[in-house]
Amino acid sequence: MTGDVSDWYRHDRMPHIFCTGCGNGTVINCTLNAVNEMGWDIDNTIFVSGIGCSSRSPGYIVTDSLHTTHGRALAFATGVKMAKPEFNVVVFTGDGDLSAIGGNHFIHACRRNINMTVVCMNNMIYGMTGGQGSPCTPVGAISTTTPYGAREPVFDLAELAVAAGANYSARWTSYHVKELTKAIKTGMETTGLSFIEAMTQCPTSFGRRNKQRKVTDMIDHMRTHSILLSKKRRMEESGEKVPDDLFTVGEFVRRYRPALGVVEE
Amino acid sequence: MSRIEFMQGNIACAEGALAAGCSFFGGYPITPSTEIAEHMAKKLPKLGRTFIQMEDEIASISAIIGASWTGARAMTATSGPGFSLMMENLGYAIMTETPCVIVNIQRGGPSTGQPTMSAQGDMMQCRFGSHGDISIIALTPSSVQEMYELTVKAFNLADRFRCPVFVMSDETIGHMRERITIPDEVEITQRKPLLKGRLPFEPEDDMIPGFPVFGEGHRVHVTGLTHDMRGYPDTTNHETHATLVKRLVNKIESKKYEIADYDLVNPEAEVVFVTYGPATRTVRQLMKNRSDLKIGHLNLRMVWPFPEKLLYEFENAKAFIVPEMNLGQISREVERHTDVRVVSVPKIGGEIHTTEELLKAMEDFI
Ligand SMILES: Cc1ncc(C[n+]2csc(CCOP(=O)(O)OP(=O)(O)O)c2C)c(N)n1
Ligand code: SF4
Repeated sequence: MTGDVSDWYRHDRMPHIFCTGCGNGTVINCTLNAVNEMGWDIDNTIFVSGIGCSSRSPGYIVTDSLHTTHGRALAFATGVKMAKPEFNVVVFTGDGDLSAIGGNHFIHACRRNINMTVVCMNNMIYGMTGGQGSPCTPVGAISTTTPYGAREPVFDLAELAVAAGANYSARWTSYHVKELTKAIKTGMETTGLSFIEAMTQCPTSFGRRNKQRKVTDMIDHMRTHSILLSKKRRMEESGEKVPDDLFTVGEFVRRYRPALGVVEE
Repeated sequence: MSRIEFMQGNIACAEGALAAGCSFFGGYPITPSTEIAEHMAKKLPKLGRTFIQMEDEIASISAIIGASWTGARAMTATSGPGFSLMMENLGYAIMTETPCVIVNIQRGGPSTGQPTMSAQGDMMQCRFGSHGDISIIALTPSSVQEMYELTVKAFNLADRFRCPVFVMSDETIGHMRERITIPDEVEITQRKPLLKGRLPFEPEDDMIPGFPVFGEGHRVHVTGLTHDMRGYPDTTNHETHATLVKRLVNKIESKKYEIADYDLVNPEAEVVFVTYGPATRTVRQLMKNRSDLKIGHLNLRMVWPFPEKLLYEFENAKAFIVPEMNLGQISREVERHTDVRVVSVPKIGGEIHTTEELLKAMEDFI
């Protein structure tokens, strides 16, 4: 460890814009703890993001950073990393940013398996624009653009990253602080694209409309409705029925395929 | 010393970029610009620099902006449909003051139109296509030699003004083969570094802030949101916004006569052609064919910012004739700045103007 995790914060930009109870702060903390444990140099680490609440994160971190356009963070980050593979590049993105407008960049960054870490704060909604449906809004959930309940199936982002070619993919939640931190760190240690999906509570835009008004309701929901991937697989193998309303957490893949943007020895 | 070659316009563009020290190319194939990407794909890796074929044009311009912040001289090349896709991030490059070069080898539009034919239909799009109030620099070569020289110049202007710079060429010049003289060395303007104690978006006397290259300890936050001189978002203060945007426009507009690039021929003439790109060649041919006529010529190698005062140099002008491969985009700009009669000579479909067409256009005035 190089120092205190608070060294990574841009203190003169506080207070932040996140709502009270928002899960984004937890994910930023977990990420910075991981970065700090990696012993990365502040001046050699670049944070990149698109547009959305989650994408405001780099603004509170005291490194060089790019807050770019909606959905394009990974394309900008690809430019940074390919021009300067020595940099540690971390991308913060939202579920809408990454999988709707940025879906194409997401699968191609995974396919290139470019050596960077992508942390997606999946609050299942468009937070910044006030609660519209996203490709990750669960079927039946209410948003301002799905007033009768979302009908489109959702993207499984962690699985998508695996299929598209990322070397590392994991999903945790803002409740699983330790596991999330460890997954981000493992992702950082793994060469190639590491994708960490962090399910987060958005009390303002999601919870309020979906009978999870209190922050604790949403965190409780994540605690009680997540199931470890390995456990789910065991249950399936033994023919046990896995309840429909559970979502998987854990490590989806860790592998060592050739990667782009690696410093040549 | 220099060497003489016979070269295609697009290759001259790529060679100019290489000579200018372009170290990052991100692009997506589109006719008639592809030879630029192909040549860069061949050359850049051998020089230890980076070529990457991105998944689309939005990704391409994103990548070159990202690369530019690491200090790279970065470029992309495209044509109409791809150019349209880049408009959002063009605004980002302007707002964040990111130097980069965007080459548009124009073809016939709208839509996928005429992929293999020449046009100049994107001249207004490059000026006004992005959102918000902007100023941009657009260079317009009319020969293979100029394709080389203006690409070099584009990098220098981009670094000097901390802004995106366009090379607005077209299929005719891009695919034409001509004799070209390649110098051993080209002049290179360095990006002004950010000095200690200065803020990353704090303008110096020339309205341009020093550039805080990533990784050098500046710890700069770059955002497309309206920001203060620290680079921090300040989106609801009207003064911050007005000061920033006016500076971004004025840093270019105030220097336009210093950077204007043109030929001004026969200022005493009564009939004056205003051209850029292929029509420049036709006017020159016409002047050769009809040396008995006094023909004035303003050839613009830089169309934006538009150097309107040059029109006043033609004190006896009775008419400005503007042949373009569109339905009259720059002729309207000329009209805006003069009381003299302006005659647009539009031509679309892919063919360049003939001397007969230009002669006919000037008949009423001789
Ligand atoms: C090209 C473009 N389209 C739309 C928007 C408006 N917009 C801003 S943020 C956002 C959604 C953000 O949602 P998400 O990525 O899930 O992030 P969150 O705010 O939930 O963290 C949208 C649609 C935009 N800024 N740019
Ligand atoms: S709207 Fe939701 S995601 Fe955005 S800051 Fe508020 S709680 Fe967080």
